[in-house]
Amino acid sequence: MIAAFWRLVARDLTLAFRDGGAVGTALGFYLIVVTMLPLGLGPDLKLLSRIAPGMLWIALLLAALLSLGRIFEADDEDGTLDMLAGGPLPIEGVAAAKALAHWISTGIPLTLMTPLLGLLLNLDASAYLPLMATMAIGTPAISFLGAVGAALTLRARKSGLLVALLVLPLYIPTLIFGISAVSAILLDTGGYRAAISLLAAISLGSVVVGSLAAAAALRQQLQ
Amino acid sequence: MTIARGARTLLADLSVTVSGGEALVLTGANGTGKTTLLRAIAGLFTPLAGSIRLEGGQAEQDRAEQCHYVGHLNGIKSTLTTTENLSFWAGYLDPGATGRIERALRGFDLEALADIPAGYLSAGQKRRLGLARLLVAQRSVWLLDEPTVSLDQASVALVSAAVNTHVAAGGIAVAATHLPLGIADAREFRLTAPAWRDDEPHAEVSA
Repeated sequence: MIAAFWRLVARDLTLAFRDGGAVGTALGFYLIVVTMLPLGLGPDLKLLSRIAPGMLWIALLLAALLSLGRIFEADDEDGTLDMLAGGPLPIEGVAAAKALAHWISTGIPLTLMTPLLGLLLNLDASAYLPLMATMAIGTPAISFLGAVGAALTLRARKSGLLVALLVLPLYIPTLIFGISAVSAILLDTGGYRAAISLLAAISLGSVVVGSLAAAAALRQQLQ
Repeated sequence: MTIARGARTLLADLSVTVSGGEALVLTGANGTGKTTLLRAIAGLFTPLAGSIRLEGGQAEQDRAEQCHYVGHLNGIKSTLTTTENLSFWAGYLDPGATGRIERALRGFDLEALADIPAGYLSAGQKRRLGLARLLVAQRSVWLLDEPTVSLDQASVALVSAAVNTHVAAGGIAVAATHLPLGIADAREFRLTAPAWRDDEPHAEVSA
């Protein structure tokens, strides 16, 4: 069962990177949204560096949202999902493996691209490390909660917008604690440990809840 | 067993037994519920009433894990090569088994296509690759939904040979088909048109 789990994760990663488009679209979207911000807000460096962490987090959420559809869609369209459901792995495991692969192929590349985009927003030098750390800790929640939305809307037409409406509200806690951890470190107000702990708790909780809920939704979709 | 889709009863009071070493061919017009019945056996669809039991077999595995379901779709990833597609299924369905990929490639005459991305295969070749999955993991029940669609005659013979070998070894095969499969002494089970008509109120036909 464990072997089947890692096998599925490895296959999803191979597909994500071989297709190229999937990872590239999310990274490209992240880049373009952040590039447009200084153009829209004007060259006020102080303002940009003050809002940079929040803007980067929001742009990252939107970029990740864009790629949620592909967690289950391709496998449903070509019939693979039926066969995965009949394998040794329970559907909860299938959902978890696919969400994990989504995190590795989207959450981590987006986090790693953040320093480059921080330059565009005049991000404070001391903010790079805390921001990336909170993103690394917070992004699993994006993939696992997103998997629930992706599973629920699997066979709905034009599901992209519906996923956004379902899933974005669930991302609010991650956003709040991600930002509050960064600003606690930057302003040295203390309390960043609590924020980071909560961020990690949200991520770990959504790994469990997200896998179970996505599996329940998938069972309905496969009927 | 009774199977309903939405408010419509598709198959009412259906009862059929297939024993090991036997092949069952499901026939019937379009929309009579062949696919739904196969999906129900595969554990992908919950019947409205009644049950499906697999007696004997591996006690610690549930029914879905002992069935190979080959539906209308082949479940092939076009960016993976033929061998990569099969080796994923081999590793996912039955880790530890070796030598089965070569056997599956041989069994469905895919050896020449082994290193070609599956996206370049023709419809019939894709179908053969979808069916080759049957041979990469050992499972006692084969559920085949129109297995010979888009296959040429030589390939149909390969499918028949694979099914015959499986049945001769004591396995069960259930196939929904309109075309003769050439399976040795297969029993035919005919599904008839459902009892509802479009002008009937749906409430009356709920089971």
